[in-house]
Amino acid sequence: MDKLHLDQHISQQFNQELEDIRNKVLAMGGLVEQQVGKGLTALLESDADLGNEVATADFEVNKLEVEIDEECIHILARRQPAASDLRLIVTVIKVITDLERIGDEAEKLGRFSTELTEASKVVAYRKELRHLGELVKSMLRDALDAFARLDVDAAIKTAARDEDINAEYNTLSRLLATHLMEDPRNVSTLLKITWCARALERIGDHSVNICEYVVYLVKGRDIRHINFDQIRSEFLNKPE
Amino acid sequence: MTDTHQDVFDNIKGTVGEVTVENPKMRLSNVDVFYGEKQAIYDVSLDIANNEVIAMIGPSGCGKSTFLRCLNRMNDTIPTCRVSGEMSLDGEDLYGPSLDTVLLRARVGMVFQKPNPFAKSIYDNVAYGPRIHGLAGNRAELDEIVIDSLQKAGLYSEVKDRLDAPGTSLSGGQQQRLCIARTIAVSPEVILMDEPCSALDPIATARIEELIDELRRNYAIAIVTHSMQQAARVSQRTAYFHLGKLVEVGSTNHIFTNPSHELTENYITGRFG
Repeated sequence: MDKLHLDQHISQQFNQELEDIRNKVLAMGGLVEQQVGKGLTALLESDADLGNEVATADFEVNKLEVEIDEECIHILARRQPAASDLRLIVTVIKVITDLERIGDEAEKLGRFSTELTEASKVVAYRKELRHLGELVKSMLRDALDAFARLDVDAAIKTAARDEDINAEYNTLSRLLATHLMEDPRNVSTLLKITWCARALERIGDHSVNICEYVVYLVKGRDIRHINFDQIRSEFLNKPE
Repeated sequence: MTDTHQDVFDNIKGTVGEVTVENPKMRLSNVDVFYGEKQAIYDVSLDIANNEVIAMIGPSGCGKSTFLRCLNRMNDTIPTCRVSGEMSLDGEDLYGPSLDTVLLRARVGMVFQKPNPFAKSIYDNVAYGPRIHGLAGNRAELDEIVIDSLQKAGLYSEVKDRLDAPGTSLSGGQQQRLCIARTIAVSPEVILMDEPCSALDPIATARIEELIDELRRNYAIAIVTHSMQQAARVSQRTAYFHLGKLVEVGSTNHIFTNPSHELTENYITGRFG
């Protein structure tokens, strides 16, 4: 986190506290990435055991959220951080909320995969689900990477990829809706697959949020609810 | 100046942020201050706005108290001190031939770090200024001024039954509020405060800060403080001084969430003191 000199306070204790929080957020991000990967695999391969594992492990994600939240509150109370330090704590509080929600979406994938154990039900959509899933995993990984490196360029470019995820999701949704109308006997299965696709799309949205927080942390600028053309022209390829 | 300080000093080029405001109460432009041969303030310009608290922060020796004293010509009392630049109150030159410094220091009052009540009664502490400025025609008017000032300073209810008691018999926080009442009694337009709470406990400090917030409805206030948290709590604008230069000035919200200058960021985040 040298870009903002976040580790160069006179107080070594404060440096350590921020470093600890940072490490915990990255650990939480890593865990959530694993959960998403396993949840997707469980769904695509109709692996109920793996799905159960993912559903059960969600409590670890939740536990980290509570721990990191508490540490952030302690820092706010004791240090009254300002400027970039304050933006860091606020960013961490927001990022872990999105990570926890991503964890919940991964848990959904795991849970539904235990209910979609007949491989034939999923196989018709495996290609689309895999493609959507890979886009989402890649975007989540790059969002977390942008956070770790405080890379505004990478954050903005990563957030822009949500358009592809939304397009892929819309295509899959239409396909599922068509099959639902054609074959209402399978409504329960088709709905579950729809919800899985929706969970993946939501993970994309949460990854966008993480990217927006990176810009806020580094630049002090809140880019939520601003269109991408404006963001690109303001931030991309500008010298530091 | 060490080599490192010299490099930092040389790299401070002008002030970041808007130094002027619309309809300023006071305007200071291109102010330099010397103590003998040693320059303490370098080409600083800053407006003081009506009904607003501006906090001046910076490391020890950065010139913030020296600059504060320019606002009511208190630097004149220091024999070796030389001030240049343009300084005005309501557009009137502070160094103009028609300006009376005694009257100036009534209009631009000052509260100091260490409470300094006179060796007089509580009543006479507050009444002293109005008496010598002839602000009251009779005892009744003087009583009104004293009571009003003590009320505005948030002290009256605590002392109304012992106005004859010595001012020095009060607690530290009460003495400071007495000094504020004394300042208010001569109908100032600007109140300068030089670390007004540094000798006070947290509860007394909180009361003074609350008072500052009430006072700004009627006065322009400039406060020098070593406590950045206090600056963040009480002010609407913050000015950061370093090595005698004004590095940055801006809204307090901006300075404390996203300062524009690296030196400001380093100071308020404790990367150097």
